[in-house]
Amino acid sequence: MRGRVAVVTGGGRGIGRAVAERLGREGARVAVVYRSNDAAAEETAGLVEAAGGEVELFRGDVASAEDVRGIFKQILETFGGVDILVNNAGITRDNLLLRMKDSEFDEVINTNLRGTYYCTRAALRPMIRARYGRIINISSVVGLMGNAGQANYAASKAGIIGFTKSVARELAERGITANAVTPGYIETDITGELPESVQQQILAQIPVGRFGRPEEVAEVVAFLARESAGYITGQTIGVDGGMVMQ
Amino acid sequence: MTREEVFEKIREISADRLGIDESEITPESSFREDLEADSLDLVELIMELEEQFGMEIPDEEAEKITTVEEAVDYVMENQPA
Repeated sequence: MRGRVAVVTGGGRGIGRAVAERLGREGARVAVVYRSNDAAAEETAGLVEAAGGEVELFRGDVASAEDVRGIFKQILETFGGVDILVNNAGITRDNLLLRMKDSEFDEVINTNLRGTYYCTRAALRPMIRARYGRIINISSVVGLMGNAGQANYAASKAGIIGFTKSVARELAERGITANAVTPGYIETDITGELPESVQQQILAQIPVGRFGRPEEVAEVVAFLARESAGYITGQTIGVDGGMVMQ
Repeated sequence: MTREEVFEKIREISADRLGIDESEITPESSFREDLEADSLDLVELIMELEEQFGMEIPDEEAEKITTVEEAVDYVMENQPA
């Protein structure tokens, strides 16, 4: 993927950071989109550069249509196109359904699902023109299994899967593929916050017997981002230590 | 641009995008029926027109463009000065 332009949202930390680093290592020119943590984004940029990749940072909120328009305008001015889009930006606002506030539901849907929609729509124009594109949406094992306390998150992540399949069908003839990746429990800031007892409970459900690493998700993203993956579209690929087998 | 130049340009874009011969395209050609464009082809054609002629075509206007002549009319009426 030498010279390909890759946009990674939520690229400041966790899975997004690992994806940015990996794509940079493979020769992509990486646009890292992040919302608020300048220091973390700078750190990601340093890692991509250390891996030999070209990188630029773009700050904005994927849940805002206006921010997304602005970000993609800047990306097109900087790099001249978009070949690979990794919709990774995601948040959690966990709560039992009976206690869930509308704002908690909305925030999660807006960042995770609406953000994926805004960014994909913005990237389509240059991709259609180039008759080439690789869209990789980061869903979650929770979107497949559900999870107590995460009705909002599960809905957003399941929504991403249906969205991905529709995009795949609309654009298959234009050389554009769209696939979803469903990570299981990956060691990131999000899972690090879980209490020890919960972590033990989760481990019991993972056949491989350990949490995953961000790099292991990046491995699959990199695979789907390659030109040679052009015959794979509309798929949902698990990186979950065997939690869901389908 | 004169009307002829606009027509020539639209004919060239349509032939290129739809993979047909320029000689098959007349002002009366309907994008959908005669040139067999599907809805995504039409969206692409509009995008291309916007780019080539430096204009923005709102969706509700784009929907009214069904023939090559209508596309020429739209561009002639809305060309940036």
